[in-house]
Formats: sequence, C-alpha cells, structure tokens
Amino acid sequence: MVPLSYYLVLSGILFACGVTGFLIKRNIITIFMSIELMLNGVNLSFVAFAAHWHVLAGQVFVFFVMVVAAAEAAVGLAIIISVYRTRETLNVDQVNLLKL
Amino acid sequence: MLSVHLILFLMFGIVAVAGAVNLLVQRHPINSALSLIAVMAALAGEYMLLGAEFVAAVQVIVYAGAIMVLFVFVIMLLNAGVEEQTKGSRVALMFGVPGMLVGSLLVAWVVLKHSGTEAVAVGALPGAPSTIGELLFHEFLLPFEITSILILIAIMGAVVLASKPTVPGGGPAKKVND
Repeated sequence: MVPLSYYLVLSGILFACGVTGFLIKRNIITIFMSIELMLNGVNLSFVAFAAHWHVLAGQVFVFFVMVVAAAEAAVGLAIIISVYRTRETLNVDQVNLLKL
Repeated sequence: MLSVHLILFLMFGIVAVAGAVNLLVQRHPINSALSLIAVMAALAGEYMLLGAEFVAAVQVIVYAGAIMVLFVFVIMLLNAGVEEQTKGSRVALMFGVPGMLVGSLLVAWVVLKHSGTEAVAVGALPGAPSTIGELLFHEFLLPFEITSILILIAIMGAVVLASKPTVPGGGPAKKVND
C-alpha cells in the first residue's frame, strides 16, 4: 500500500527536474526533452488521482495529454530543424534575433 | 514494514528520479534522450502499480516508442554535439538554489502532512482498456474527434516547417548571418 502523497511527491520531483533542465540547459533539443519530462510528471499525478478517487476520466486526460505531446513534438522538432537550417546552431543563446 | 507494493514503488521511483537527474547532468543530447527513455519506462511501471494498464501500454508505445524515436532521429539528423556551457548567473546560484530547496521542502511537507494516509491499492481502479474505450467514445467523443484534427494540423505544420525553405522568386532562401 502506497499513500497518494508518495506519488504526488515523485511527480513533483520529476516536474522540478523538468523545470530545472528547461532553465539551465542551452541545447534546444534538451530543453524540449525537459518539457516532455514535465508532461510526464503531470501525467503521473493524473493517474494517481484517478486511482485515488476511483474516477477513470483521469486516465482519459492522460491519453489526451499524450496526443498533445505527440503533436507538439512533431511541430517542435520541425521548428528545430528549420532553425538549424537557417542559423546553423542548436545553442539557444545564439538564437537572439528578437533580442534588443 | 515494507510491503511488496512499496518496494516496487520505490524501485521504479528511484529509477525515474535517477534518469531525470541524469538528463540534467549529461552534456550530450543523445545521453539525455536515453535517460529520458529510462524515466518513461519507469513511469510505465508506476502506472502498472496503480492498475492503469492502458496508460502503461500507451506510455511505452507512444512516449518511449514514437516520440523518443523522433527525438533521437532529429539528434542524429542534426549531428548535435556536446552542449556549450555558458557562465551561470551569480544571483541565480545565490538565491535560486536555496529558494528552490526551501520551496520544495515546504511543498513536500504540506503534501505529506495533509493528504491523509489512505493508500492506493494495487489494481485500485478498473482500468481495463475496454472501460476506457467506452468512456472515450461516449463521454469524451467530441474532444477525441478534435484531437484528430489537431494531429492533422500538426502533420501539415511539421511538413511545411521541415521542408526546404523557398523564396517567392524561386530558388533556396538565403541564410541568416549575424
């Protein structure tokens, strides 16, 4: 028997790791993977709450989150390829055309 | 006393957290991608413990399978090398790290203290794929159909964005130099 709070703490740790990676990483692909890590952390809390309250809708939401993550990955990686083609770098510090 | 369920939870949880930390520590994106796959596999184990077989299977097939293969393909296609490090800001180190530690300890304390001690049992919910399918095609039919449009738009967007850029007069677009 595992209390619900353990699952929530694990999900929070994974989300925090995702946020940290998003902030400290300089490679655009790794930043994108950190976003996926955050989505995974949220999915875990969805499933844990669904199990706790005996509501299956939580699992359906996880399904929708995965669909949106897949669409986001396809478009995001296409944008990364497009950026690499024009700028020839994956470092986000060098993609600074909008910066004053 | 440690139950089998708790031991399995800790095992998968430790693998997941170790993978997440390894994602942050590694400098090469392909190593980060492989550790993210480990995190996703461990999370699939956690979903099995919660009795969500459908979500566990979809996690392995869609996330660890399809999405991560896409990532690895792009990393290899762009021949991504070791990440260049930039000097971190001093203020972030001085205030960010202690602030994050205090904040996360506070959140963990509140969650552990106030969310009760009711346990989540093994196979706690009837997560059979047939039940989820019924829910998906009755209660959530409209969102389900809308996601098909979303996927279609994403496919078209990916094709348009990743195809060779052309300028209106014909010929390839000029590179941006700065």
